[in-house]
Amino acid sequence: MTVLDIHPTTSAVLADPPVRRQRNMGQFLRWLLLFAGGIAMVMPIVYMISTSLKWPHEVYNINLVPDEPTLENYLYVLEDGRFYGWFWNSLLIATLTTVSNLFFDSLVGYTLCKFRFPGRQLVFIAILSTLMIPTEMLVIPWYLMSQSFGWLDSYWGIMFPGMMTAFGTFLMKQFFESVPDDFIEAARIDGLNEFQIWWTVAMPLVKPALAALAIFVFLGNWTAFLWPLVVTNSVEMYTIPVGLSGFGDEVDVAWELIMTGAAISTIPTLVVFLIFQRFIIRGVVMAGLKG
Amino acid sequence: MANLALRNLTKAYGKTEVLHGINLDIQDGEFIVFVGPSGCGKSTTLRMIAGLEEITSGQIIIDERVVNNLEPKERDIAMVFQNYAIYPHMSVKKNIAFGLRSSRLSKPEKEARISEVAEILNMTSLLERKPSQLSGGQRQRVAIGRAMVRDPAVFLFDEPLSNLDAQLRTQMRLEIKKLHHRVGNTIVFVTHDQVEAMTMADRIVIMKDGHIQQIGTPADVYHRPANTFVAQFIGAPSMNMLPATLNGHQLQLASAKPIEIGLNADTRREVIVGVRPDDLILSSGEPLVAGKVTVREPLGPETLIYVETPGGEIIAKADGRTPPEVGEHVELGADLENLHIFDAKTGVVMS
Ligand SMILES: Nc1ncnc2c1ncn2[C@@H]1O[C@H](COP(=O)(O)OP(=O)(O)OP(=O)(O)O)[C@@H](O)[C@H]1O
Ligand SMILES: [Mg+2]
Repeated sequence: MTVLDIHPTTSAVLADPPVRRQRNMGQFLRWLLLFAGGIAMVMPIVYMISTSLKWPHEVYNINLVPDEPTLENYLYVLEDGRFYGWFWNSLLIATLTTVSNLFFDSLVGYTLCKFRFPGRQLVFIAILSTLMIPTEMLVIPWYLMSQSFGWLDSYWGIMFPGMMTAFGTFLMKQFFESVPDDFIEAARIDGLNEFQIWWTVAMPLVKPALAALAIFVFLGNWTAFLWPLVVTNSVEMYTIPVGLSGFGDEVDVAWELIMTGAAISTIPTLVVFLIFQRFIIRGVVMAGLKG
Repeated sequence: MANLALRNLTKAYGKTEVLHGINLDIQDGEFIVFVGPSGCGKSTTLRMIAGLEEITSGQIIIDERVVNNLEPKERDIAMVFQNYAIYPHMSVKKNIAFGLRSSRLSKPEKEARISEVAEILNMTSLLERKPSQLSGGQRQRVAIGRAMVRDPAVFLFDEPLSNLDAQLRTQMRLEIKKLHHRVGNTIVFVTHDQVEAMTMADRIVIMKDGHIQQIGTPADVYHRPANTFVAQFIGAPSMNMLPATLNGHQLQLASAKPIEIGLNADTRREVIVGVRPDDLILSSGEPLVAGKVTVREPLGPETLIYVETPGGEIIAKADGRTPPEVGEHVELGADLENLHIFDAKTGVVMS
């Protein structure tokens, strides 16, 4: 073919099948790895649903499809009045914490990113360094604090440690770096005060980051276990994870009920994800700048 | 309406001073262009006028009012940025309306103002679009619109055209100039492009290293440059600079006969003779310089020729149809009145 004659590079590739085979091989391995990863991620969810459809005597069988599938567990959990209270607690706490994080993390992140003031770097490092302290270590100080403030066994007690997070602040600071200073200065000339600039100009430009943060924070609080377990005493104050862990008696853990509750409680997380993921669209910021 | 004065304005970042005493009086309705090489302090000056940058010392006076300590919004200015800085999450209309946020006009008045501006800028049909649906030139027009709605005392432009392609830039240049004729506000326009400066300005301010080199009309700075920097910065191709000595009235260029000029030096002085490529004439009469043509650049109506002379390479313009051949020996002369004589040490023009 004449095409091959004028394009020596093309003909070289075509005449060299091992290169292509290698590339296909790499493609295949990558695909395999992703597939295995995908299976590993999905399996727990599949088992959760499968277990929630089993009778108690079948729970410890490893089979994926229940011998006698049943909705009995769902009926039990939904008829057991406690579940609604926990659901409501979890929803309230996760929602309020998310809103609080969106507001405060981005406010602090914006300030650290766009204002020059003495000690700025120090503050930033101090905030970052708290990321290195694990929750397990903080639980006791938090507990003592809640106790002395009288916050034990209250919503506020469950929520206060997470109302603002170092991670969120860091994330938002990094995202505000992508908001050009020109926007902020233009708004300043247009007569907005600094708070208005943050709210009407900067915030809409970091919507994708806010959406990501919302998903993180909501999921984190929805699934939080250790701190809510420690700080709550009464069953009415439990969140879903704490409440579910109590299904069963001293001897037997009622896995089929726990899995049923867990399956029901994934619904709001799906909703949150579906709501916010559509905001995660890249390139919003750049559109107002040079074409 | 609005005149603007800068008095001994300086700016320092930490210990480094980047502006060293800028003095400038701008009349009401004047179109002033700041031009100079990168880093000379044009943007800094403009941003200080806008109130985005603190003033280290000196005064900025808008309409007899010292504005040093006023917030940007209290200065009655509007600014158009190089990157347009129009908000991507708002429609064109919202963007333009944004400029009116802090104004006390009533809603219908604002609406009227917005449509008037949209009309002037030819954007009425684009009002509902988002910035991402606009071309570069249209975005820049939105940015100008946002500045215009406020009808500010002073418009500030920081290299607003440098992100546009060459053709669009020429077109926008014209549009901004027309706009100025129409609205008549005072404009301070920053660019590093001397063609933009020449074509748009009432007066040009040429800056270098934080100093003003010359202030004058385009004709002034072109025909009567104050120093070698201005002489070479303004005009393309750049002015030829030939080393020479001046002794009494005798001007002696390298390897040419001395010529008699009006200037007088009491003692022998080293000078630099500046002559624009346009002013060099291919002649056989009284040549100023002579040498071999090394390169030709045909531009259509004329051809640039590069000539190797004892005093260095010089550029001349020759006729487009019958330019000299490469390698040909040419003699170039010029009218004495088109020679610019600068002191070799200071670079300042002698007159
Ligand atoms: N925030 C800053 N900190 C320190 N130095 C600065 C700062 N901003 C500007 N400078 C310095 O001040 C000088 C003038 O800068 P300016 O931005 O005014 O230049 P310019 O004339 O606008 O150049 P350009 O054509 O590249 O935009 C430069 O030497 C620059 O390095
Ligand atoms: Mg600049």
